[in-house]
Amino acid sequence: MMQLKCPWCGLRDESEFVCGGTTHLIRPDLSVTDATWGEYLFFRDNPRGVHLERWRHAYGCGQWFNVARHTVTHEVLSVYAMTDPPPAHS
Amino acid sequence: MASRRLPQPAGTWIDRSHPLSFTFNGRRLSGFRGDTLASALLANGVRLVGRSFKLHRPRGVWSCGVEEPSALVDIGQGARRTPNVRTTLLPLAEGLAAESVNCWPGVGFDVGALTGACAALLPAGFYYKTFKWPSWHWFEPAIRRMAGLGRAPTAPDADHYEEVAADTDVLVIGAGVAGLAAAAAAAGAGARTLLLASGAQVGGALSWGADPEVAALAASARQVGVRIQLRTSAFGIYDHNLVCAAESVSAEGAADLPGCVLRERLWKIRARAVITATGALERPLLFPDNDRPGVMLASAAHKYAQAFGVACGRRAVIAANCDDAYRLAAALAAAGVEILAVVDRREGAAPIAGAAGLRVLTGATLTAVHGARSVRGCTVAPLGGGRGERLHCDLILNAGGCAPAVHLHSQAGGKLRWVAESAMFVPDGAAPGLTSVGACAGVLAHAPAVSHAAEVGEALARGGVPPQAPVGGAGRSDAITRVPGVRGKQFVDLQNDVLAEDVALAARENYRSVEHLKRYTTTGMGTDQGKTSNINALILMGEYTGQAPAQVGTTRFRPPFAPVTLGTIVGRRVGALYRPLKRLPAHDWHAAQGALFETFGDWCRPAAYPRTGETLDAAAQREAATVRKCAGLFDGSPLGKLEVYGPDAARFLDLMYVGTLSTLRIGQARYGVLLNENGTLVDDGIVARLSEQRFWVNTSTAGFERTAAAFEEWLQCEYVDFKVLITPVTSRWANVTVAGPRAWEWLAKLGFEAALTPGAMPHMSLRDSVWEGHPLRVLRASFSGELGYEVNLPADHAAALLARLWAQARELGATLYGIEALQVMRVEKGYIHIGTDTDGTTLPGDVGLARGVERKAGPFVGRRSLLRAAARDPGRLHLVGLVPLDGQTLLPVGGQIAPNPPPTLTEGHVTSSYLSPELGVPVALAMLKGGSQRTGEEVRVHHLGTIIAARVTQLPFVDPSGARVHG
Amino acid sequence: MKYSALALLRGALSAHRNWVPAWRSPEPKPTYDVVIVGGGGHGLAAAYYLAKNHGVRNVALLERGWIGGGNTGRNTTIVRSNYLFPESARLYDFALKCYEGLSRELNFNIMLSQRGIVMLAHSRHDLDSMARWANAMRMNGIDAQILTRDEVAARAPLLDMSPDARFPVLGGFTQRRAGTARHDAVAWGYARAADALGVDIIQNCEVSGFLSGAGGRVVGVETSRGRIRAERIGIAAAGHSSVLAKLAGFRLPVVSYALQAMVTEPLKPALDTVVSSPGTGAYVSQSDKGEMVIGAGLDLFPSYAQRGSFAVLQGVIAATLALFPSFSRLRLLRQWAGIVDVVHDSSPIIGPTPVPGLYINCGWGTGGFKAIPAGGWTLAHVLATGRNHELAEPFQLERFITGRLIDEAAAAGIAH
Repeated sequence: MMQLKCPWCGLRDESEFVCGGTTHLIRPDLSVTDATWGEYLFFRDNPRGVHLERWRHAYGCGQWFNVARHTVTHEVLSVYAMTDPPPAHS
Repeated sequence: MASRRLPQPAGTWIDRSHPLSFTFNGRRLSGFRGDTLASALLANGVRLVGRSFKLHRPRGVWSCGVEEPSALVDIGQGARRTPNVRTTLLPLAEGLAAESVNCWPGVGFDVGALTGACAALLPAGFYYKTFKWPSWHWFEPAIRRMAGLGRAPTAPDADHYEEVAADTDVLVIGAGVAGLAAAAAAAGAGARTLLLASGAQVGGALSWGADPEVAALAASARQVGVRIQLRTSAFGIYDHNLVCAAESVSAEGAADLPGCVLRERLWKIRARAVITATGALERPLLFPDNDRPGVMLASAAHKYAQAFGVACGRRAVIAANCDDAYRLAAALAAAGVEILAVVDRREGAAPIAGAAGLRVLTGATLTAVHGARSVRGCTVAPLGGGRGERLHCDLILNAGGCAPAVHLHSQAGGKLRWVAESAMFVPDGAAPGLTSVGACAGVLAHAPAVSHAAEVGEALARGGVPPQAPVGGAGRSDAITRVPGVRGKQFVDLQNDVLAEDVALAARENYRSVEHLKRYTTTGMGTDQGKTSNINALILMGEYTGQAPAQVGTTRFRPPFAPVTLGTIVGRRVGALYRPLKRLPAHDWHAAQGALFETFGDWCRPAAYPRTGETLDAAAQREAATVRKCAGLFDGSPLGKLEVYGPDAARFLDLMYVGTLSTLRIGQARYGVLLNENGTLVDDGIVARLSEQRFWVNTSTAGFERTAAAFEEWLQCEYVDFKVLITPVTSRWANVTVAGPRAWEWLAKLGFEAALTPGAMPHMSLRDSVWEGHPLRVLRASFSGELGYEVNLPADHAAALLARLWAQARELGATLYGIEALQVMRVEKGYIHIGTDTDGTTLPGDVGLARGVERKAGPFVGRRSLLRAAARDPGRLHLVGLVPLDGQTLLPVGGQIAPNPPPTLTEGHVTSSYLSPELGVPVALAMLKGGSQRTGEEVRVHHLGTIIAARVTQLPFVDPSGARVHG
Repeated sequence: MKYSALALLRGALSAHRNWVPAWRSPEPKPTYDVVIVGGGGHGLAAAYYLAKNHGVRNVALLERGWIGGGNTGRNTTIVRSNYLFPESARLYDFALKCYEGLSRELNFNIMLSQRGIVMLAHSRHDLDSMARWANAMRMNGIDAQILTRDEVAARAPLLDMSPDARFPVLGGFTQRRAGTARHDAVAWGYARAADALGVDIIQNCEVSGFLSGAGGRVVGVETSRGRIRAERIGIAAAGHSSVLAKLAGFRLPVVSYALQAMVTEPLKPALDTVVSSPGTGAYVSQSDKGEMVIGAGLDLFPSYAQRGSFAVLQGVIAATLALFPSFSRLRLLRQWAGIVDVVHDSSPIIGPTPVPGLYINCGWGTGGFKAIPAGGWTLAHVLATGRNHELAEPFQLERFITGRLIDEAAAAGIAH
C-alpha cells in the first residue's frame, strides 16, 4: 500500500485517497468534432512509466493535487499543485 | 519406538513441570508446555502423521518449522476448527484435538493409497491428457474428493482479530543472532527500533542450546531500547515499504478457551529502513523414497534434540552435501542418537573436524530407503555405481545444503545471484528500502554475520549506506543431487508428490520456463510454497535443459511468505463493521413505531410501518393511499444536501446541471439533473437559492458522495479560478417530510409560521424558518405528487419533531410512510428514480428531459456528448408508462418487452412496477424503444417464460394536471 | 501425438519417455503471412483459428515472456455468458459454446467444469436487477434461472443466510452452463493445437517497434529476436495494449489497472458452484485442487506492476468473509495480480486500428478469460479476411467517437 504526501496533511496511506486518473486534460469546447471530443473523453496515453495523475485526499482534507508516479515501480516522483505545470520527469 | 523423549538437559524450550495432554486421531497422548504438536508426537513415537496430496503416501514430520510439507493436521471443532495446521509450528495446548488430513478412513489405513499404486499412470499433468470423454464432469467429483487436504470449518469463526499500525525508524525481521546484533546497533545509534521474532524465543538457532551469547545479545538489545515483538511473523512487503506481519496471540486449539478470543493480530509497519535477518532454510538432497516417515531435514533433528528434547530416531544415517552435516552429526551423537554413517555425496570431500569418530562415506549416496510407514534402513552405494551396502537405520537425515530465505528481499524487488560453490541463491545487493543480514544474506559464518549485521544496523540508523554482505561460510555443496539410474521415486515437492521424473517430463514436453514447470508439475504450489523444493526443481530443470540454475531462474516471490489467516488480514472489518450501515438520526424513534427496516444502499431505512399481520406490500398500499387522501410523515434525512456558496456559485451550478439555476430567485427551487461527461444521467435533485451567492443543493441519497466529489473535482481541477465553496451537510440536517392534502394543516397544528402556508409559499420554493427555537429550511417540493413540505432541521432534533407531529396524526387520520409507499406514489406520478429507471446508458432525452437541454443556452457537463449521432438515434429507449391489459397482473420489474418469443432482440424492459392504490390497477414504468411515439400500443412483456400483455400509456398515471402538488 | 488414456498407459510402461514437446521452439523466420503479438489465450486462440478456420498457417505468434504468462495465467478461471446486452450476450455465449467442445477439439483437457454460477441478490433492488438480467439472457436464448433464497442456500451451504447479515441473501440467479476451466490448460491446449497446424510459437520475443510501409501500412515488427515481416499483424496483449499502440503511433481508450486474485490452502470439497456477489464485489469458487479462489474489483489507480495494494486485498477478503464467515480461519496461500485493459463501457475492442494492416483485440477489462475462444475466432477472422466478424462488429474503436457504447458495467460484475 502506497503512501502519498498530501500537500496539506502530509504523508498518509493510499487508502485515504482516491485516484482521479490522468491530469492536465484540456477540456475542449462544444465546437469540436466528435473525434476530438471522443479523444478527450476516452483516449489516454496510459504510459508504462511515469504517469501524471491527479489524486484527492478523500478521507482527509478533500483537496485535489497532482502526482507524478511510475506505473511499474509505484515510486512517487513528485507531488505538485493542480495549477502547476507538469514537471520535467521523462 | 524410533523417536522418543530425551532426558534433561535436552529440551531447553520445554517445561517438564507442566505436562499437557492432547489427542491425535482420537488417541490420548501427552507432552509438555513448550512442545509443538510435532515434537510431542515425535516424543510419543508417532511417525505416521499424514498422507501426501496426490499419491497418499504415508508421511511423518519432515522439518521443524514453517517449511513443513507433510505433517499437517486439522484441529478443533465447529467454530474453532482450523484446517491444515502445521504440527511443527503449533504450540501444544491442554486438550488439543488434532486429526490427520487427506486420509480415509484413517492415516493408518487410507483408501486413497490406491492412487499410490497407480502412480505410473499419474505423472505430472496426467489430467490434461485424458478425462476428455465423455467429459470432465464424469471424473471431476472423484478427483475433487481425492484432492484437497483438510476439511473446511462449517461454522462462522468464533474468534476475532485485530489490526495495529506501527511506525518506526528501523524494523528488523528475525531475531537470530544477526537480527539481534543489527537491532542493538540500530537502537544504540539512536534509532527507534522494532524487532520481530516469529517464535516465542529470540536467538534463532543458538537459542536451541541455551547458548549464553543469545541471552547476552538479547539483554543488550533490550538495554538500548529495542522493542521486541514475539510470535510475530512478517509475511509481506508492499508498496513504499509497508511490512505486514501476523502476531499469534491466543493459545491455538486449547480446550479451555473462552467463547471468543483475540486469536491473531495484523501488524502494518512503516519503517524508514527495513533489515531482514530471516535466516536460511535447508535444501534437501534427492534420493529414492526420500519422503518416507523417518526421513527428515538434518537441522530439524538437531532442533528437536536440543530445543524440545526429542530424539527423532535411535540410529541415524546422514545424507550429506555440506560441511554443516558433520557439526550436526556430532551434536546429535552428543544428544544420544547413534550416527551409523555420514554419506557424503561430494566427491573428494575432506573429512571435517568433528568427523572424528564418525563413519564417513564420500562420493556416495542413498540408493534405496527401506520401510514404507517408518524407515527401517537404507542402502548406500558409490555415486558411480557399485555394490550397495545396507544400513539398519531408523532415521535418515537430509543435509543437502543451505537455502538463504531471500523471500522478503525478492518481494521488495531485490535481485538474486547464484553462488555456484554452495548451490544457493543470495541477495545481489540490497533491495529498495530493505537490507539483508546474516544467513539470509548468504553470510553463514557466525562472526562475520554478527559484525556485518551490527554495521548495517548502525549505518541505517544514521541514514547511511549499509556495507555489502560478506557472503560466504556455507562451504561447498553440489547443485544436482538426483541419483541417476536407480529405481524409486525421488521426490522434489513432497506435498504435491512431484518427482524428479516429473521435472524431466516437463522438460521433455517443452514446459521449460520455470513458471511453466511450476504450473505443469504443481511443484511449489502446496502449503509449504516450495520452501524446500523450489530450488531443487529449478536445478533439475537446468540439468535436463543444459542450463545453469541462474539461467533457469526463480518464479516470482510474492506475499505471503507463509500462509496467513484470512480473518487476520481483515481484522475487525467483519459483521456490522464491514461497510457499516448508516442510520437515521431518529432511528430508535422509527423502530419504536414498528418500522420494518431494510438496507437501501448504505442506509438502514424504514421500508414501511406494517401493522400486525400486514405484509410489506399491503402496508405500502395503505400508507400511500392515506397520504393521498389525508397526509403522511416520512423521514427523508438521507437525501443528499450540499451548501454551495460564493460569488461564482450560480455560474458554477449552471455548468454542472442540465437546467439553469442562476435564474432562480431567492427562495425559489428547481428540479435539476446531472450528467457525466458522456451525457448519461448520474444524479438528480432539487436546487434552491438561499441568497444571491448561496444555494441549497439536494442530491439523491445514493448519489450524494459521488456528486459532491464530482463538484469538487470540477472546481479544483477545471474551474480553478471560480470562487465557490461546497460544504456537505447531509448529516447536519434531518429531513422530516410531510405530504398530502392535509399536510399544511398538520404543520400548522405545531405552530409552523404563516409564511409557510401554501398560499404564501408556492410549490418549489424554500423558506428559512424557526420552530421552537430550532432553525428550519422548509422546502415545498414533492416526490409523492401531493402537497409536500420537506422540513430540514438540525439532525439532533429530528426525533422531537417527528414525535410531536406523530402525536397529532390520529386526529388528522395521517400515517407514517416508508420508502416503499414513496416508490408507489412516485411511480404513479411517473417520476424517475436514478439507477432504477435509468442505467449507465440513459440520456436526458430518453426520460423526457430533452426540452430542458434545448432551452439551455450555455455549456454544461455532458452537453457535447448529447450532440453525437448516437444521442439522437430514433431507436433509443424512452421512458413510458405501462398498464397490463387485463388490469390485474402486476408487471414484473425486469420483464423484457418484445413482440416475439426468445431468442429475439428486445425493445425494452420494465423498470418500476406497483399496484396503484389510487387507480386500483397495476402501473409500471418502462424503457421502450421509440416509446415516445408508441402511446396506446399493445406490447408483450416476457418474464421467465411467461408473457403478459400490456399497453403503453402517457405519464403520469395520477393527477396529470399537477393540481394536487400546486394547490 | 494424440493425448488419451491409452497414451498414458503407454507412458506408464515406458517411464513416460513416449511424450513429445507440446509445441516446438522454432527460430523465427524473416517473414510470415500473419504475425500475432501476444501469447496469451486470445493470441493463441487467434493463431489456432487462423490455421483451422482459414487455412492460414504461415503464422508467427510472438510472446515476450512465456505463453500464458500474462492475464491468462492470473485470472480466477471463471467462464460465463451472463451479459445484459444482445451484442455482448452473443459474443460471450459463442465463447462458452466453444468452451463446451474445446477439450475434444484441442485434444487437451481444459477441465471445463460447468458447475454453474450463482449471482447473489442482497436487497429487493438487487432482485429486480437480477430479474432484468435473467430475462435479458433468456431473450437472447441463454440459460438463466432465478433462484429463491432457499435454492441459493442449497447450492452454497456455507453462505451466511442469516437475515441480519450485513449483506443478507434474498435470492439470486444462476447460469447453469457457467463455471470454471483450467486457465493454463486453455493456453497450452490452443498452443499445442496451433503448433500442430504449423503456427510458429516464438517465446522470449518482445516487440519493440512496428515497421511501416507505403501509405503508413504496417509491414512488420522489430523484435528482441530480430526483424520479422508480415502484411497483417494482430495485437492481443492485454495490459500492454497501450504500450504496443504507442509503438504503432496511435492511442487507445484504455487504462491499465491491477486486478488481484488469491487462493487459500487446499481443502476437501466445500463449495460446488461459483458464487458472485455484485453487491459486495467479491466472487468465490473452489478449484479442483481444493483451493478457494477469490477475486473482486480493480485496484484503484493505473498500474503495470502486476501486484496489488494490500488495502484492496483486505477489502476483497472482508467482502468474502461477509458472504462466507466460516472462511475466516482458512489461510491465504498465494496472491497475485494481472494488468487489465479498462475501457469505459467494459466491452472489448476487436478490429482494425488506425494503422492499415494492424488489428487489435483488447479492452476486455476483468472479463477476458471467459471470452478467449470468441476473441481468438473474431481476431482470426479479421486478420484472414480483412472484414470484421459479425460478432465483433459492435465492438469497434469508433464507438468511442460515435458514443454507441455497450455499457456492460453491471454485467461485468466487477466494480469499475
